[in-house]
Amino acid sequence: MRLTLTVNGRPTSADHVWEGESLLYVLRERLGLPGSKNACEQGECGSCTVRLDGELVCACLVAAGQAEGAEVRTVEGMAGPDGELSPLQAAFVETGAVQCGFCTPGLLLAAEELLARAPHPGDADIREALAGNLCRCTGYENILDAVRLAASRAAQAPTDPNGGPDHDR
Amino acid sequence: MTVEPTAAPAAEPVIERPAARTATAPGVVPPPSGLTQRGDTAPDTSGGVGESTQRPDGVLKVTGEFAYASDLWHRDMLWGHTLRSPHAHAEIRSLDVAEALAVPGVYAVLTHEDLPAATHYGLEFADQPVLAVDRVRYQGEAVALVAADHPETARRAAERVRVEYAPLPVVHDEASATAPDAPVLHPERDDHHAPFVPHPNVVHRQPVTSGDPEGAEALAEVVVRGEYTVGMQDQAFLGPESGLAVPAEDGGIDLYVATQWLHVDQRQLAPVLGLPPERVRLTLGGVGGAFGAREDLSMQAHACLLALRTGRPVKMVYNRQESFVGHVHRHPATLAYEHGATRDGQLVYVKGRIVLDGGAYASSSPAVVGNAASLGVGPYRVPHVAMEALALYTNNPPCGAMRGFGAVQACFAYETQMDRLAAALGMDPVELRQRNALAQGDLMPTGQPVDSPAPVAELLRRVRARPLPPEHPWEAVGAGGEPGVDPRELPGGLANSSQGEGIVRGVGYGVGIKNVGFSEGFDDYSTARVRLAAVAGEPVVTVHTAMAEVGQGGVTVHAQIARTELGVSQVSILPADTSVGSAGSTSASRQTYMTGGAVRNTCLAVRAELLRRGRERLGAAQPGWHEPGLRLRDGAVVTAGGARLASLVEVLGEDAIDLELEFRHRPTQPFDRETGQGFGHVQYSFCAHRAVVDVDVELGLVRVVELAAAQDVGRAINPRAVRGQIHGGSTQGLGLAVLEEILVGPDGTIRNPSFTDYLIPTILDVPPMPVDILELADEHAPYGLRGVGEAPTLSATPAIVAAIRQATGRALARVPVRPEHLTTGP
Ligand code: FES
Ligand code: FES
Repeated sequence: MRLTLTVNGRPTSADHVWEGESLLYVLRERLGLPGSKNACEQGECGSCTVRLDGELVCACLVAAGQAEGAEVRTVEGMAGPDGELSPLQAAFVETGAVQCGFCTPGLLLAAEELLARAPHPGDADIREALAGNLCRCTGYENILDAVRLAASRAAQAPTDPNGGPDHDR
Repeated sequence: MTVEPTAAPAAEPVIERPAARTATAPGVVPPPSGLTQRGDTAPDTSGGVGESTQRPDGVLKVTGEFAYASDLWHRDMLWGHTLRSPHAHAEIRSLDVAEALAVPGVYAVLTHEDLPAATHYGLEFADQPVLAVDRVRYQGEAVALVAADHPETARRAAERVRVEYAPLPVVHDEASATAPDAPVLHPERDDHHAPFVPHPNVVHRQPVTSGDPEGAEALAEVVVRGEYTVGMQDQAFLGPESGLAVPAEDGGIDLYVATQWLHVDQRQLAPVLGLPPERVRLTLGGVGGAFGAREDLSMQAHACLLALRTGRPVKMVYNRQESFVGHVHRHPATLAYEHGATRDGQLVYVKGRIVLDGGAYASSSPAVVGNAASLGVGPYRVPHVAMEALALYTNNPPCGAMRGFGAVQACFAYETQMDRLAAALGMDPVELRQRNALAQGDLMPTGQPVDSPAPVAELLRRVRARPLPPEHPWEAVGAGGEPGVDPRELPGGLANSSQGEGIVRGVGYGVGIKNVGFSEGFDDYSTARVRLAAVAGEPVVTVHTAMAEVGQGGVTVHAQIARTELGVSQVSILPADTSVGSAGSTSASRQTYMTGGAVRNTCLAVRAELLRRGRERLGAAQPGWHEPGLRLRDGAVVTAGGARLASLVEVLGEDAIDLELEFRHRPTQPFDRETGQGFGHVQYSFCAHRAVVDVDVELGLVRVVELAAAQDVGRAINPRAVRGQIHGGSTQGLGLAVLEEILVGPDGTIRNPSFTDYLIPTILDVPPMPVDILELADEHAPYGLRGVGEAPTLSATPAIVAAIRQATGRALARVPVRPEHLTTGP
């Protein structure tokens, strides 16, 4: 089948998509966007987290057909047009929240969604929001630091709020 | 067995920058190319050793551009799939691939009959079939391979391979492995341990004896005995096993792969592919964590065989379920200990027996045995020791390397023994440990002197001195100022199972000892190639090693070292591949010591050559060149007094300096087979933990409230990365304490091969982890540093379980502790 959707603000389509293919497979293998990761393909790790019409989803659990006509946001769409990092991306690099980085794209999407709805989250809020995203390397301490840092910077610079969903458009 | 490819084979080298993989621009997505990084404030040389510089690959990783091995892509590639045995032990009666080959889109189906050369491989010795021949020895053993044009086609075709199995009796524990009529799993074995083992199903056995353990019994006033069990833990890296094999025009192969040690893969692959090693070229693909699980081959040989057979690039990526059978695990263990002490808490003797389940193939079992035996009494001074460790061959999943191997299992047992001994003596458990703590100058049970700092007592003092976290963290203040409950701070969390009643706090301690680097006489070395050149009027250093960056931050450290040693801001790290000499494995906490040491070593040689050239070219005019103590700083040569002699660019001119050198740590010795005596280890590493837990004693729910660590790292080359390693290691220790276990049935099959059923800690399970870093230099090591990554994995587990014991009063002799252990039984 032919699949038509908008990814990171760009209309795009993929041909010869199989019935059983997931949105994750289409992004990674057909659209050249391997930033969303594939650590379990069972909906249990969050490494494939993307926004589908604004909602956080595990792309591995979304059948490709369900994304027909939808707006998808992936990690590839987070940095600005000239490649400047979003505040969350910058905070992840600065705090050491990235080791192997396989969890990072999913965590960035989930943290971005959190900060968009709760700009001043407490630690318990951050933990709750990121509970679906496994990281095997960091023990999460620096990931918490990164989200706190991005939130505090956003509070100091109210004109550029936390790289929300419209950051790149 | 192949069908002719319908498209022309194309083996375009995968070395360009990524072409966007869109429908309009098909191309290749290569593994990460070089990482160039400037010091934070060019042109001076900040960003050197001791600073928390940022990862050079950090930006690529947060933008999704970093190419992991599972992201590699080639326009002509096929997908490989592995057919695996459903049985833990069976004879293969027949194998028929005709139906699978007939599936449209299938290009090749391979079985053992198609192997071109060597049929077996292995890390320490070659006991594992590339593809099963007439017998499978574990559930998940590879039997056949398929290459097809879509991963789903390959999977479905594999289902059509007809295999007739005749199940055999399953060997699953020590009793069934060593019974007189036990099936011998490797009757043909001829490895170097075979002549010495007590039974052919024992891979390796290592005793360690010192003093007079039998005679010492009479001297002990208090004796405690215990038997302990450690479950099978999985490394559970997030990036699945994956790689892309591309056939080359010279008949060789280029393999892009996520691994821990490129050259040991190459060494095992060449005989299997029937190629000379120089035609088996490996490049590191992006690695999504490792923790030991990538030390053995997984898909490497299979993808190469399919690629050579089809003439097409072949990609293989395991899914999570396959990953659980596609790599080795942490050895489950049973450990029996007896500790004797005087009434005032002086250890007199320790006897221990550690039985490790190695599963179907040897992997690194012998080294795991060596660690367990030699480190089995822990970081304590014990005059009389009788330890014994052995690994079994069984039909359980193969076990091998995982962070802290051998030492993790022992630490849970000896630390529990120390707590029991303290209780028997009526002593404080920390004080008992401190009284017997190992220190510099003491002898290990192997007779090896501890010849660098061993601040065991101090580490314990530090974690204990830290203020305790507040009690009742769930008590919240509601919006109107009225007292409330935040269920997120309770054991069980949002499941809302308790309002704070029936919750008991516990505090526990643990400390451990881990060896750093490869031990027992292994010729452990690393290689670094360093090039210093003037590029566009600026000095640039290029560092090339084969070190596997698996997330630990080795690439960060290499750039720091080059800046410090050569006084240059701009450093490029080339992709790791086999065109440079071996870096050894990213394991055993060794890479900063070994490849960091190699980078430093080559930088020093480059510096010496630069100064020689400078003296030659400029020395006649400037007497300062002949002073002692010249330094490289901020892109220039300066005298000890700080006078600038010349810029590096002036000295270099058009001629780059380019050197490749090997670096070795001091030699070690094998342990004596009877007594275990020998200078077996390069360096020791120590970490202590204090765990604070809240336990809902009625429901058996545990919440770790805080996990504090103190570790001696010798020198923190990158303090932030050091803390990251301690956090990560502590978290894996927490997982082993309360969550993680691969459940293997008596039939040898894995019951929980998914993240739904195998639970690794989430952000809700992991508490704040304050870290206290000591830097007591080891004079034998580069910069005085001490390997960091593994020690924190050891002591987190016993500290947490000790805390749960204190809260519940239960014995808890097995990890992981599950809720039912807290609500039923002793
Ligand atoms: S890959 Fe989708 S949740 Fe793990
Ligand atoms: S950084 Fe490796 S999984 Fe999170």
